[in-house]
Amino acid sequence: MISVHLILFLAFGAVCVAGAINLLAQTHPINSALSLIVVMAALAGEYLLLGAEFVAAVQVIVYAGAIMVLFVFVIMLLNAGEEERTKGSRVAVLFGVPGMLIGSVLVAWVVLRHSDAGSVAAGALPGDPTRFGDLLFHDFLLPFEITSVLILIAIMGAVVLASKPQIVQKRKEH
Amino acid sequence: MWIAGRAIPLEITDVNVGLLLILGITSMGVYGVALAGWSSNNKYSLLGGLRASAQMVSYEISLGLSLVGVLIMTGSFSLRQIVEAQGGHFWGFIPRWNVFHGQFIGFFVYLMAAYAETNRIPFDLPEAETELVAGYHTEYSAMKFAMFFMAEYANMITVACLATLLFFGGWNGPLFGPRILQDVLPIFWFVAKVFVFLFIYIWVRGTLPRFRYDQLMAFGWKFLLPLAIVNLIATAVAVAW
Repeated sequence: MISVHLILFLAFGAVCVAGAINLLAQTHPINSALSLIVVMAALAGEYLLLGAEFVAAVQVIVYAGAIMVLFVFVIMLLNAGEEERTKGSRVAVLFGVPGMLIGSVLVAWVVLRHSDAGSVAAGALPGDPTRFGDLLFHDFLLPFEITSVLILIAIMGAVVLASKPQIVQKRKEH
Repeated sequence: MWIAGRAIPLEITDVNVGLLLILGITSMGVYGVALAGWSSNNKYSLLGGLRASAQMVSYEISLGLSLVGVLIMTGSFSLRQIVEAQGGHFWGFIPRWNVFHGQFIGFFVYLMAAYAETNRIPFDLPEAETELVAGYHTEYSAMKFAMFFMAEYANMITVACLATLLFFGGWNGPLFGPRILQDVLPIFWFVAKVFVFLFIYIWVRGTLPRFRYDQLMAFGWKFLLPLAIVNLIATAVAVAW
């Protein structure tokens, strides 16, 4: 059944997969990072198709707009160069590529065989911010608070790691 | 606006996460600066680009938090609903704009964070001509340089539009005259308010000296962020009461 929904899903999915493949195929890390940004944006499009507009916007703001900026900063500051080609092992390619293909086909077959979850129509689940906030602050309050504490620990760790080393003062004997 | 008896809203669309979309797109603007500085293969540009993007990322937080005060008061991300909540008057003549309705501090936090986001004076150290040669756009000339500056001015216009929509009542304003004039007047009020903000931008540019980079970062993290959080808590308490 060809609907606009399906076409858009396939379009965003194709962009996502193309970005992911490009990420692996590029030799310079900055090109890989930019491909990852494309993947994040395509995922935000997929969330929109599911009707989760808040999650889509937050995906762009947080993932594509902050976390990937961090990645790009690190690549710039470390002056990471292009990948060097090493002499790869022929055996790995000979067994690895067909092995990966067979593995992924098996996983897909098992998943499709046993998926009785059905599909979700767009808008079936709450996606608007009001309902989302309701769920987050009433039903899922404990995970929310624990996640906040986790982020606080990460911030404190970053501040400690980035601070100047303390110079131990010698006590003067009077 | 009414044409031939049908109401036609003068907007492209009214997304119910409208404000978040705008925040998302402005946060993508950091990439332009960072990548431009790095790809110039020039240490001055790299430093300028990194400084500019670190500045933009730091002030994005205060920007977002200052907007949350408005969101708490309105209860919706949709820009149209935020403007509609600002219709009407207090005591007959003071308009019910968010800036008078309790978001005074929020407005100033927003304005300062927005000046830093758009890399304008007093926060334009990363791109000033006398600092670091010219920062991240040193190696760009002609049309590429023009693109950078068109982007900066477009950013300024976006910020000015957001400020009028969120804090100054958007297109609300006194309506008078015949029906056809009343339809067009909101456009005029909106454009006039945006123009006032752009005027303030350029006025501040000609008036103030620029912050040094460490002063700039200290201001963003140690003053503006706590102020934005205090504003948020005060607004939340006031609304809950």
